[in-house]
Amino acid sequence: MADIYAYITHKNGVADDSALELLTAAKKIDAGAAVTAIVTGAGDVDKVAAEVAASYAKVFTYKNDALAYPNAEVVRKLLITAVPKGAILLVPHDTFGMDLSPGLSIKLDAVFLSDVTDIEGVSGTTLKAIRQEYSGMVSTHVTCDIAGGAVVNVRPGAFPPDESKSGSGAVEDKSGTIGDLSAKRKFLEVVEAEVGDVDITKADVLVSIGRGIEDQDNIEIAQELADAMGAVVSCSRPIVDAKWLEKSRQVGTSGQTVKPKVYLACGISGSFQHLGGIKGSPFIVAINKNPKAPIFQVADVGIEANIVEFLPELTEAIKEL
Amino acid sequence: MDILVCVKRVPDTAENEIEVNKSGSDIERDDLVYSVNEWDNYAVEEAIQIRDNVGGTVTVVTIGDDESEEVLRREMAMGADSGILVSDKAFEGSDGKGIATLLKAVVEKGKYDLILTGAQADDGAGQVGGMLAAMLDYPYASLVNKVEVKGDALTVGREIEGGNQEMNEISLPCVLSIQTGINEPRYVGIRGIRKVASVEIPTYGPGDLGVDASLVGTAGEKVKRLDYFVPVLGEGAEMLEGSTEDIIAKLIEYLKAKGGLK
Repeated sequence: MADIYAYITHKNGVADDSALELLTAAKKIDAGAAVTAIVTGAGDVDKVAAEVAASYAKVFTYKNDALAYPNAEVVRKLLITAVPKGAILLVPHDTFGMDLSPGLSIKLDAVFLSDVTDIEGVSGTTLKAIRQEYSGMVSTHVTCDIAGGAVVNVRPGAFPPDESKSGSGAVEDKSGTIGDLSAKRKFLEVVEAEVGDVDITKADVLVSIGRGIEDQDNIEIAQELADAMGAVVSCSRPIVDAKWLEKSRQVGTSGQTVKPKVYLACGISGSFQHLGGIKGSPFIVAINKNPKAPIFQVADVGIEANIVEFLPELTEAIKEL
Repeated sequence: MDILVCVKRVPDTAENEIEVNKSGSDIERDDLVYSVNEWDNYAVEEAIQIRDNVGGTVTVVTIGDDESEEVLRREMAMGADSGILVSDKAFEGSDGKGIATLLKAVVEKGKYDLILTGAQADDGAGQVGGMLAAMLDYPYASLVNKVEVKGDALTVGREIEGGNQEMNEISLPCVLSIQTGINEPRYVGIRGIRKVASVEIPTYGPGDLGVDASLVGTAGEKVKRLDYFVPVLGEGAEMLEGSTEDIIAKLIEYLKAKGGLK
């Protein structure tokens, strides 16, 4: 039976949604596994441990002031000794997991699987999983030998949460085993995102633009449509990277989380980071000239068109109503 | 500051429709437009800006076939001082760990204070920088969207959830993976590329790097791809078809019904 551990991300004393998603992923590796949750931190550890103990077979807690903020360089040092040789460690593929895991796999001499979206199971010591490449345009089946252990980064939201609450409630304080946590990277502070001129998180209708807008001068095409609809303009990451719109207009895991009623995705391919910022199941209209864009798979209604030509026509038609 | 930037030649997803080939063994590579990985371009720009501020050199390195040399020349036209091509049959098919193993050998052959990679490339794994740092025992920070030189250390910002920025102090030497949007990569014209067309770029093979052949290429591959396929995320959209007028009429009906028009 596989020896499986899950790293629990938490904030303000509450476990992240990924905590129960990792449990589902673990059970896809081994349905009968007694999965151990690892909770690191300072003040909030006991509260988070009690929460996840309802779901996990065992919880190991590591309390130390040096772990108060999850600095991946410090947490990695802890996990190198905390995770037994040959074990499988599951980590959410969020900005912390991306920071932590590649290096951890080297230090543990374990295989690394990044951003796994599904797990097909284990045969012998071969783990078979699914990942995506090329911004989600294609998927691949990958295999690896887990005999020497594995660090598996699991995409947030890709697995349903395990709500069975079939944990044992057992919490073991392992703080006494913590060794040297000194690191060459020191956490300073979190700088909160700037508030922009428009709050896209409050908008019921968003006209959201991506790379397909092609040119900064074309942004006004989207603004005119939004004005005609009574909507607000938001965007995907490339538009902010190009400095065509403010960061506060960006929808996605690295931007804002929006909950509109209607979402017009215009020239947006639909990367998982972008889709991760759209909550509340809005009615999604996708307009894209590439019929293979992933956005068409999640949209309710799709239109294959060049937005630079299509949006002005739509605006005119709406104005005439 | 002597800076090494690791870059990769990849199919340009903004210019291509990426499709799976008939047998599912690979993506369809005929007629693909290749370019330097977008994240790497930001990394090179950042390296150039740091060098211009505090002095030093910028070296760009890539692992690939002869065609990969063009991305080195492009980045040299941007302002990198020199390039290194790591190329050999034995290196083909290297997975992330294999690539990191080769880059470690490159780093140890030179003397660099700072090593930059893009935060991710075409396979979306975002793993090479972190693996390289661990192999070198250097500190690492990923998804970096701000770099300030402070003597023997750097102040770096990491892009974290919600558009927030996590500030860290990191000592040198270190490895950083660079996020897009950190700067505005300069434009490279044909003239710039012509200027560096005749600059010699050394090619490093197994003998130059002294790496164990069993650790790289397909021989060292820990994670194997079985096939490629088109992912199914949801049920799929109802595609509106017909003349533009018909499509717009149908769309407006939907928007009215769903509260999309005020």
